[in-house]
This record gives sequence, C-alpha cells and structure tokens, in this order.
Amino acid sequence: MTVRGLRPLTLLTVLLLAVGYGLAFFWAPLDADQGFRQKIFYLHVPLGIVALIGFVVGGYHGLRHLRGGKPGSDLRSYVAIHMAQIFAVAVLITGAIWGRTAWGKWWSWDEPFLVSFLIVFLLYCCYQPLRLSIDDPRRQARAASVFAVVAGAFVPINFAVVRMANQYLHPRTLTNSTDGSMPGSVAITFLVCLVAIAVLYATLVRYELLSKSTTFRLRALERQAGGDDLIPRRSAVPQA
Amino acid sequence: MSGLRTVWTVLRKDLLLERRSFELLPAMALLALGTMIVLRFALDQDAVVGDLAAGALLVPLLFAALLGVSRLFAGEERDGGIEQFLLSPAPPGALLGAKVVGLALVLLALEVVLVPAFALLLFGEPLFPVLREVLLVLFLLDLTLATIGGLVAGMAIGARSRELIVPILVVPLAIPALIAAQAALAPVLEPGAEALAWRWPGVLAIYAVVLALVGSVVGEYLVED
Repeated sequence: MTVRGLRPLTLLTVLLLAVGYGLAFFWAPLDADQGFRQKIFYLHVPLGIVALIGFVVGGYHGLRHLRGGKPGSDLRSYVAIHMAQIFAVAVLITGAIWGRTAWGKWWSWDEPFLVSFLIVFLLYCCYQPLRLSIDDPRRQARAASVFAVVAGAFVPINFAVVRMANQYLHPRTLTNSTDGSMPGSVAITFLVCLVAIAVLYATLVRYELLSKSTTFRLRALERQAGGDDLIPRRSAVPQA
Repeated sequence: MSGLRTVWTVLRKDLLLERRSFELLPAMALLALGTMIVLRFALDQDAVVGDLAAGALLVPLLFAALLGVSRLFAGEERDGGIEQFLLSPAPPGALLGAKVVGLALVLLALEVVLVPAFALLLFGEPLFPVLREVLLVLFLLDLTLATIGGLVAGMAIGARSRELIVPILVVPLAIPALIAAQAALAPVLEPGAEALAWRWPGVLAIYAVVLALVGSVVGEYLVED
C-alpha cells in the first residue's frame, strides 16, 4: 500500500461531498411534510447503504483470506469492517436525530431500517472482542474471517426478516410522492450524495490500510534494530 | 474416513459421554425452568397467551441454548481432542458438523421438558390442539440455533474468554430466527388459535439452510492447526 493515488482520491472525495451536499441544501426541494429536517436523509441513507456494503465487502475479503491464506486479505477485511462500524455509528446517530425531529422521539421500533441496523451493529460490535480473545494470530485471523463471512450473509437476511415483521406505521421518505418514486431533483441529489459517501468510505479505507501497513513496517524495523518492541502486543488488529 | 461416517462417530461419542455424565441436558433444563419462573414474576401474570406466551417459550430456550453452545467444544479443548482429531485422516469440517447435529439433538431433547413445563406453568390455554404447530416451529428454531451455535463455538475455539464471546455472538445471530419463531407462534398461542402462517416457518427454514451452506463453506477452516 503506497501514498500514490491517495491525493487525487482525497480531492475527488472533497469535491463530490461539496457538490452532493451543495445540491442537497441549495437545489433539492424542501419536503412537503417534513421541511428542512428531511435534508438529513441525504446523509443518513447513503451512510447506511455504504456501511452495509462495507460489511459485505469485509465478508468478501474474509472469504478470500480463508481460500488464499494471505494476511493482506485479513487486513482488508478488518479495515472494511472497522470503517463500516464507524459509518454504522453515524447511521444510528443521524437516524436518532431524524426520528427526534420527525416523530418527536429518539428511537422508534416501528422503523425497520433502524431496528435492522441496530441488530447488525450489535453483531459487528463483537468483531474486535472476538479477535482480541484469540492470542494466536493465525487462528485469530481465521476465526475473524469466518465471522466476517457469516455476518456478511446475515446482513440481508436480518433486514428481510425485520422488514417482514414490521407494520410500516411510519411513511417512507423514499416513497413520499403518490406514485412511490422520488422527484427527479431529489433522486439526482441522493445519487450524488450516495456516490460521495461511497468514495469517502473507499478513501478512508485506503488511509487506514496505509496507516496499518506503515505501522507493521515500522515495527519490523524496530525488531531488526533490537528495540524494546520484540514481544508482540495483544491486539485485535491483524498482525501482517 | 468419509465425512458422514466421521460425523456419526463423533456424534455417537458425544451422545455416549452425555448419557454417562448426564450434566449438560439437566443443566439446560434447569436453566430453562428457572427462566420460566422468573418470567412468571416479571410479567406478573399467572397465565400468558399470544405474544407473551411465545416470548415465554422462546426466551428460556434461548438461554438454555447459550449454555449448550458454550459447552460444545469443552471436552475436546480440555483433553486435546482437537489436535488428536486433526492427526486423523477425517475431514476437519466433519467435527463441526457433528457438533451441530449433537446440539440440535440436545435442544430437541430439551423440548421434552420445556414444552410440558410451559403448558403446565405458563400457558393459559390447552396446548394440545396447537401442539403440532408449536413443535414444528420449535424444531426449525432448534435446527437454526444449533447451526448458529456450531459456527460460533467453532469461532471461539482457543479463545481465552469463550464464556464471554459465545453469548454476545449467538444472540444477535439468533435474533432473526427468534423474530420469525415469535411471529409464527404468537397467533397460534392466542385464545381461539389462528392457523399457522407458513411464511414464518419458511423464513426459519431458509435461515437455517443459508447458515448451513455458509457453515459448509467456511466451517472446515475453524478446525485447523
């Protein structure tokens, strides 16, 4: 992993975020029911979609690690899941804010997306404790990869079951017009924001991969120099 | 040694050990009964029906299953059985398969105690007219919990704090199955029971099959050096 390519990617991320949220605030129309507070939709939903894709990507890299045995795949799986966890926290916070402004309460059990997300988040909260509880790095990587694959398969099933079990008491913002589709300007703005958040995720993943691989190289140099870092520390981070 | 033969051999060994020691099943049954008693006072009702009845049946089952999962590889880890198994020509995934089948059998055996206890202690209506539907849903739930339990116990092999890791992994993975079982049982356990909505047993079966397929792909990697 090198710095090459990160600078243009970072600039592209900033540009897309500026365009996406510029469109959201200055071009997309105000929602007839919810007014300005509906703008959080352009942040909350893309964050949720990208976080879920990040979890599934973590499962994909986990499967590659199991099949190929390369430590790099385990590291990619770890970073994909770690970043998706951070996005998931943002989803829960923005969802709670939206719920408070729209329905007057911070949490609603009738909102299947939030409930599903909470369950998925609860499951992925166990990822680091699982890694940390296994000392042997090879065994830790294998167990974590199996977790990533199982949890990746769990995500769509969980969403389907929670959605089936709900009564849809609240109107869906994605279907706020009479024919069930978004107005053109809203749809375009939403897609730009979705792409911007996806690129933000990819950029942050690359930054974390770079940071981790730099740390590994630094530790290797310290060991070569006979420093006091000879004993590997207990860590949930893959030891490449 | 073929996979199925290995599964049968390990399963027979585990069942024989359980028959001789007879420690896991009584412990699970006692925990389930204790949970039912707690629920009676927590809900402050002498008899429950509908949603509450479904919950009062499923929560003790979940707790008992957690106990079973945390003990799944205990014997092998204590006696170095996993290393000895790996020295044999048996396929590694067969050990996990045997554990899943064994846990499913233990959970099914638990229903022999759990269902009559539920009918006597908590359920406010006669259970016999809806017994077939209840047993079908519990059978599918047991299979799903056993598959989840096998995978989680496999992940926790060699973990220092297995007793902490196992429950926090099992519960979120079991939530969709418990939602489906609750939705299936609640109308059946209402006074003047409604017919079983087949989509919920279908959801349980699909979830169990998906987990089993994922387990068959990744399970062998859990039982390695």
